[in-house]
Amino acid sequence: MAQVQQAADARAAAQSRVRLELLAELVRKDLKVKYKNSALGFVWSMANPLLYLAVFTLVFTFFLPNGVPRFAVLFMAGFLVWSFFNSATLDATGAVVGNANLVRKVRFPRVVLPLASVGFAGVHFALQLLVFFAFLVPFYPDAFGPQLWLLVPALAVAVTFTVAMSLLASALNVRYRDVQHLLEIVMLAWFWLTPIVYPVTVVRARLAEEGLLWLFRLYMANPMTAVVVASQRAIYNHPVVTVDGAAREVLPAGGYGFYLQWLGVAAVVSVALLLIGRWTFRRLQADFAEEL
Amino acid sequence: MAAPTIEAAGVGKRFLLHHKRATSLKERLLLHRQSSSEAFWALRDVDLEIGAGQTVGLIGPNGSGKSTLLKVLSGILAPTTGTVTVRGRIASLLELGAGFNGELTGRENVYLNAAILGLTRRETQRYFDDIVTFAELEPFIDNQVKHYSSGQYVRLGFAVAVHVSPDVLLVDEVLAVGDESFQRKCLNKIAEFQQRGCTILFVTHALDLIPRICSRGVVLDHGRVLHDGDPVEAAERLRSLLGTGADQAGRADVGPDRPRLAARRLFDPATGLHKGHFRGGEAMAVDVDLAGPAGAPAAVRLAVTGPADVPLWVMDSDPLALGPDGIATVRFTVKELPQIKGIYAFAMAVRDPAAGVTYDARRIGEAFLAVGDTASGIVDVEWSAEQVETPGEEERDRAAGDRGRSQL
Repeated sequence: MAQVQQAADARAAAQSRVRLELLAELVRKDLKVKYKNSALGFVWSMANPLLYLAVFTLVFTFFLPNGVPRFAVLFMAGFLVWSFFNSATLDATGAVVGNANLVRKVRFPRVVLPLASVGFAGVHFALQLLVFFAFLVPFYPDAFGPQLWLLVPALAVAVTFTVAMSLLASALNVRYRDVQHLLEIVMLAWFWLTPIVYPVTVVRARLAEEGLLWLFRLYMANPMTAVVVASQRAIYNHPVVTVDGAAREVLPAGGYGFYLQWLGVAAVVSVALLLIGRWTFRRLQADFAEEL
Repeated sequence: MAAPTIEAAGVGKRFLLHHKRATSLKERLLLHRQSSSEAFWALRDVDLEIGAGQTVGLIGPNGSGKSTLLKVLSGILAPTTGTVTVRGRIASLLELGAGFNGELTGRENVYLNAAILGLTRRETQRYFDDIVTFAELEPFIDNQVKHYSSGQYVRLGFAVAVHVSPDVLLVDEVLAVGDESFQRKCLNKIAEFQQRGCTILFVTHALDLIPRICSRGVVLDHGRVLHDGDPVEAAERLRSLLGTGADQAGRADVGPDRPRLAARRLFDPATGLHKGHFRGGEAMAVDVDLAGPAGAPAAVRLAVTGPADVPLWVMDSDPLALGPDGIATVRFTVKELPQIKGIYAFAMAVRDPAAGVTYDARRIGEAFLAVGDTASGIVDVEWSAEQVETPGEEERDRAAGDRGRSQL
């Protein structure tokens, strides 16, 4: 019996190894295809965040000043992780449908298709993060402090939540092609409901003024808000700034409890969603070849 | 006995043919009650057990469920009823080069395709040169696949697929592509797999291939197994199923004013009873009925074609004239059928004996079946096999003489 178990374990290990290799191969393919015949290659993956950076910095420091010093750093800290989530999820939504020919003709673990989208977005995210940090060294050295460790749980939650959304969206999209269109709109709304272009403290202050502070909990329950706010706190190391002699709280000050607590909530939500996503994917994948 | 490699028990596959398919949420909600869909069983109660090392040919008319069965066995489609168990590594060649990306080079696609088929990068590296050599693509391997010819594309796809070293090979009509030399190569590869003990199930429309490669033939029709057993019989079964589809009529010149072929009867001359199966050495008789204008001159030719479309002999009648009622019958009698087993075809023609003009011609694809004592091979010969002492060097040289000895 022990031997049988061992053999089964070995087979399972070999299988997951093959899956990982397949995943790596698919990500490599996507990267190669994307930058084939392109002189600048990876540089283009910086174009999108740089454009956003330029536009939002112009708007929120010049047209509509929000009074946040070094707004660009705060914005980028949240925006990069958001754009990882956004592009991975949207790309994964079409991953199974887009590989219809393969799904109909070849037997392979279908789950690698949405995961490859996450991997592809992950590679871009890593590169963008690298460039961002290179920029921080001379222009914002304050980022390099112990608070940077917050990035570890924040990114772990971000990846979990992204994988969960990707599994769910890619599987559902095979049956209901609306998911793609629906998600594009939802993501846009979601972007503005997440404190990326405005500090989270503004939301808390406004809700408090209206006597709706209880709503703030709901606002924070959005896993992407917890991720974005924690990422901002990890990099933007000035939770309280002095503007015109008055102290102003840009990010919740007073320890990391606030961030860790909401990251914890986000982690629970993400894991739950991951289980739902995995269950849904497994249930629906038997019919993929038929539905396509 | 070892468990079969492929085991399908009571497998059924139902497809829903949606007349109005709800592909969006809106439609799903609106059509929830009134959605009109029709169930269509592509497979029904299929029981199939294939032991390790068997080569099974899967044949059937178009739409009989062959491809669906392969997809179910390879795990691409889930069966609606029943269970499927396949033991070992499966390679399913349902479409060669599925998953190739035109933008990538041949080399990159080999790695990608091999990964999809379940090879690790290291394994692919080990087989890479073999794959390229097999596909005969050495000079083009670093070109983008979108610039490949369809032949090159398919060769590369096949080369990758067969290097996965599967235990079970499921092949769907992919051998029909490529030129003759590549097809031969594919068949050699299949023979190599057979020797290695690989279990092979393949779909083909080339019926003469079935007895040549397979030890067993399965005929599917309307999703059910019609025949499971002898490959020659399987091919014949399908030919008769296709009916006149295999009988090629060439009656361009047929008119009411000319003699035409009306009917044929195949029987045992000794008993006069109809017969479809003969043994080598037996006698056979064929009556050919002609119809046409009374008194019209005619001559009948009957050409007999053996298995694998080899023309065997031709029989010509003497000139004759149709009777006053406009009919005539010609009887061909064969005293002894040759000792070649398989499916025989007839090509019949009725001609003007003077001018040699063909009035009417027909081909009967599966005229009769010749069976023998053993199941394998197309001829029965007397033979024996025994272990003998290996001769010494000198003795061997003497025996071989100057014809030389071939090293195996």
